[in-house]
Amino acid sequence: MNTVPDRTGHGDPGETLVARVVEFVRVARDNGFLAGLGEALDAVRVAQHCGLEQQRLRWGLRALLCASTEDWRRFDQLFDAYWLPRAHRRSSRVQPAAGAPMGGADGQRRGAELGVPAETDQARAGEDGNAGAGGTRGGASAQVSTARSDFRFMTAPGEMEKVERLVQRLASRMRRLVRRRRRLATRGTRLHLRHTLRHSLRYGGMPFDPVYSQRRRRLPRLILLLDVSRSMSLYSYFFLRFARGLVGAFSDVHVFAFHTHLVSITDALRERNMDKLKDKLAVISLGWAGGTRIGESLRSFNQQFARRLVNRRAVVIVVSDGLDTGPPALLAEQLKAIKQRARRLIWLNPLLGREGYQPLAGGMAAALPLLDVFAPAHSLETLAALEPQLVRV
Amino acid sequence: MNTIADFQTRLDQAGYIAEPSLAATLLLFTDLRRPLLVEGEAGVGKTEIAKALAALFDCPLIRLQCYEGLDASTAVYEWNYQRQLLAIKIQEDEDTTAEEKERHIFSEDFLLKRPLLQAITQPEPPVLLVDEIDRADEEFEAYLLELLSDFQVSVPELGTIQATSIPYVVLTSNGTRELSDALRRRCLYLYVDYPDLDKELRIIQRHAPDISQKLAGQVVAFVKALRDLDLRKKPGIAETLDWVAALLRLKVDKLDDDPAVILQSLVCLLKTKEDRQAVTTEVVQRLVANSL
Repeated sequence: MNTVPDRTGHGDPGETLVARVVEFVRVARDNGFLAGLGEALDAVRVAQHCGLEQQRLRWGLRALLCASTEDWRRFDQLFDAYWLPRAHRRSSRVQPAAGAPMGGADGQRRGAELGVPAETDQARAGEDGNAGAGGTRGGASAQVSTARSDFRFMTAPGEMEKVERLVQRLASRMRRLVRRRRRLATRGTRLHLRHTLRHSLRYGGMPFDPVYSQRRRRLPRLILLLDVSRSMSLYSYFFLRFARGLVGAFSDVHVFAFHTHLVSITDALRERNMDKLKDKLAVISLGWAGGTRIGESLRSFNQQFARRLVNRRAVVIVVSDGLDTGPPALLAEQLKAIKQRARRLIWLNPLLGREGYQPLAGGMAAALPLLDVFAPAHSLETLAALEPQLVRV
Repeated sequence: MNTIADFQTRLDQAGYIAEPSLAATLLLFTDLRRPLLVEGEAGVGKTEIAKALAALFDCPLIRLQCYEGLDASTAVYEWNYQRQLLAIKIQEDEDTTAEEKERHIFSEDFLLKRPLLQAITQPEPPVLLVDEIDRADEEFEAYLLELLSDFQVSVPELGTIQATSIPYVVLTSNGTRELSDALRRRCLYLYVDYPDLDKELRIIQRHAPDISQKLAGQVVAFVKALRDLDLRKKPGIAETLDWVAALLRLKVDKLDDDPAVILQSLVCLLKTKEDRQAVTTEVVQRLVANSL
């Protein structure tokens, strides 16, 4: 039977174990597990319950400290690194396992938080291998740029203010969605029996003073999918600012950036400190301003995030020029999957503002019949003109 | 280790086949009495855990199915309005003051207990299953969190009702919405994956005792291979059991008998049009050949 090695080798074993368990909870917390004082106390109880027997301690602490599938998958590594120091002496910081089913995008985000550019090398290698297949069409290319994108534009104050004003106005005008939950009201269509009855008591049971209930309303969920490939590079910074404004103004916004693959950048955009924000985005942005694979990016969105995020109150906004190196059929199929789940599907295309542009590029033409709104968005003005469209949800 | 093996046997007797790690978690859950959050793909037997625990403790299972818009009147309690109205009418001519009337109609006799209130007012601790908590909205989740830490319900007209017993709380989630960190933190966490070959084999043999060893082995290997394909909806354990029942009904002895029959019976496993189209005769033949 395996037991966890006791490093000190002497002293009261009970006390040593308690100290080590508490230390382990701290290490787990440093690694992003949700573990507080309460968990430390319970962990000690678990340890006393399970003793030093390795498997039992592992299973017990795993149930206690994990809070999500992701935690569950990386717990064993952390446990081994801490309790079996000889086998994994080098580090007790857990990196997301490469090739874990959670997928590259999420792993990469986490990598960014840990200050580790996780998986980007493999990802890039994989893409280079596939790049030849798509060919080049109308300015999009499947090559992946290796340069780190520069985010100093994010700080230009005047522009930022304009975007913020626009977003604020949008937020206040965005029509609220009707919900199934109800609230009390003096007028309405449905009688709220409990309160009506209560009020009727003072009139000897006659309901002179009826109370009604009305449906609650809430803001829709916004999901922004930003194309940051090279053909979009003129506009990417602008839309990132827009996205950052939305993240600040709405509570329920999810932003993803994609080029040849898809990355969640919501957490990065929430960062208030400009320098930290730039650092986070810089790590995520390896390979930005490269080629575009819209269909594939949307597929990974559908596989990893759509089930959790896209529901009947979600408005999905794709910002892209539609210059895709992947097959148009794939793009259409993935958009259809989103449309089936979402409340509204909006596509903003900066090229639409150009004179003589027709949405004929393969991907765009395939996408067109599936969209609820297809609109230009090449400047602040056109975006502002879009307001009524966005407000009507 | 003995206690885990023991607990595993007891779970087995209750009709739930658990591997040691799962049994250990459940044992810890019964000792610590923290709520247990169970996540996993649809059809891996999350709900079954609660049923098995109820059978094991020989206590009632109280189930609350969550949905969007779930509110206190369906989850916790509601006043019986019809009876209240009647009572007011009956009392009309009686010589009682308004306060007395009010106290009467807002007494416990007129309170309809819904699952959550029921669960904490049992004489013996029951198993409370809060199914698909991710479907309820954030407000309900916050309320549940409060209930799970205080174990009391306050009814404005009546006062605070204290728990007479602390239920074993099992929450399940399918991940349609991100749950709050506070709730996750409060709970023990269990991730249930698709079963491995051996476990699924034992589950099949448990539910369909007359299946031949050979067919059961083939079925398990086939379903596992099917799950490895890029399907929109992967078959869970329930689907496997349905399929086994179908195969037995169709009098199939081994999977390589008649490909046409196998293909027809796949309605039990494949639940979307795309999946149906993706699994062609050739794919089935390949999977069957591999699972022999």
